[in-house]
Amino acid sequence: MTDDRTHGGGIIALSLLAAFLLSGIPLPGELDRFRPDWVAMTLIYWCMALPHRIGIGMGWLVGLLLDVARGALLGQYALALSVVAYLTLQTYRRIRVFSPWRQALTVLVLLLIEQVLVFWISGVIGYPPRDGWYLAPAVGGMVAWPLLFVVLRDVRRHFQVA
Amino acid sequence: MAALKPSKRFRYLFTINPAATLRLGLWAALAIGMMTVDHRYHSLDGLRDLLSTAIYPLQTLMQAPAAVRTWFTDNLANRGVLLEENARLREKQIFLNAQLQKLTTLEAENRRLRSLLESAVNTPERMLIAELLAVDFNPYRHHILLNRGRQHGIEANQPAIDQHGIIGQIMRADLLTSTAILITDPNHALPIQITRTGIRTLARGTGHFQELELPHIPNSEDVKVGDELVTSGLGGRFPKGYPVGTITKVEFDPGSPFARITAKPLAQLDRIREVMLLENGVDGVAVAPAPVAP
Repeated sequence: MTDDRTHGGGIIALSLLAAFLLSGIPLPGELDRFRPDWVAMTLIYWCMALPHRIGIGMGWLVGLLLDVARGALLGQYALALSVVAYLTLQTYRRIRVFSPWRQALTVLVLLLIEQVLVFWISGVIGYPPRDGWYLAPAVGGMVAWPLLFVVLRDVRRHFQVA
Repeated sequence: MAALKPSKRFRYLFTINPAATLRLGLWAALAIGMMTVDHRYHSLDGLRDLLSTAIYPLQTLMQAPAAVRTWFTDNLANRGVLLEENARLREKQIFLNAQLQKLTTLEAENRRLRSLLESAVNTPERMLIAELLAVDFNPYRHHILLNRGRQHGIEANQPAIDQHGIIGQIMRADLLTSTAILITDPNHALPIQITRTGIRTLARGTGHFQELELPHIPNSEDVKVGDELVTSGLGGRFPKGYPVGTITKVEFDPGSPFARITAKPLAQLDRIREVMLLENGVDGVAVAPAPVAP
């Protein structure tokens, strides 16, 4: 923590890129409804691990690219992910010390907030959700969190991203 | 951090960073402003164009697993399978050729009759094939992203079909990609005609890939399950006579002036890989009959 030099920016960018590619790959059959939003989860991880580097502005930028990639209104994911980044920044001290499953529950709440924001805006422009399935990716995200956490933690340690 | 007293450490855990709140407010305001402008005035299309060109390589990369699988099935299939497929395709081609001959004579006859009537002629459309890049994140909104854009001559409003029927139309064409809206999108309505009786109406999307609704048919009309729907050509966006779907359910509700009718699209909208894009404005409703040489 005394080391002020920052390194590993490329690793962060690469992990977000990998998450972006992963989120485009469908899961088999009905499971696809639960396909996690890997990008949002990776963002949550980096906000939690490196709150002094990754924050609201980064969430906003990543969100803007998601808006273009997913055909949303420009600003829809930007808003949702900057809120998610903000909430992570305000709670990272607690999330860090949680056990994996309590962490996963916190991530579930963050991802639910993201989905609700995104679909609330979709509703405003004339595409209201017809049922509750749009929240399913958050549940998938919760289940996948411990795995993602371990992978990203090892990556962070191995490349000494700080 | 370790040196903090327990009470301080506890407080540290729950500190709210006011600077972050301010930053969130600014970024959120920017996002909301952009959404408003994007939705109301569409003046951010330049920015979207730029960003979508920038992430185009990523989206192509995303299709890599599917492309690899196709490559493997194409290149590593064993001889027997290939021969079998070859035979099947040859048979199909003979069959299609026979049909095509009939079509050519019909088209010629049609043109002659139309020229006698001095109405616009059905010119054969120029087609362009585009592949699916991504589907919408929103399961209730049926938009798809295609890998052809303005660069390849795509324009907004071009109708899209597959080998079974109408899929939808191009909504926005960016430089390298374009977005199409499917006929099952809840905000899409398609002018259609029931072939058996000739009734013209609209088919509205429902947000389900297997369902269209026909909301404006009175209870007194003659509509049966199994009736076929084709595009009527009214509205000028879609060419006339392309297959759309078949009626699956007809319910007469005595309390309402209109019957509840649903239809199933012929195009396989939930498993699109490639779409064919027709040229804009050809073969729509003839605004003024053009003189045509016989």
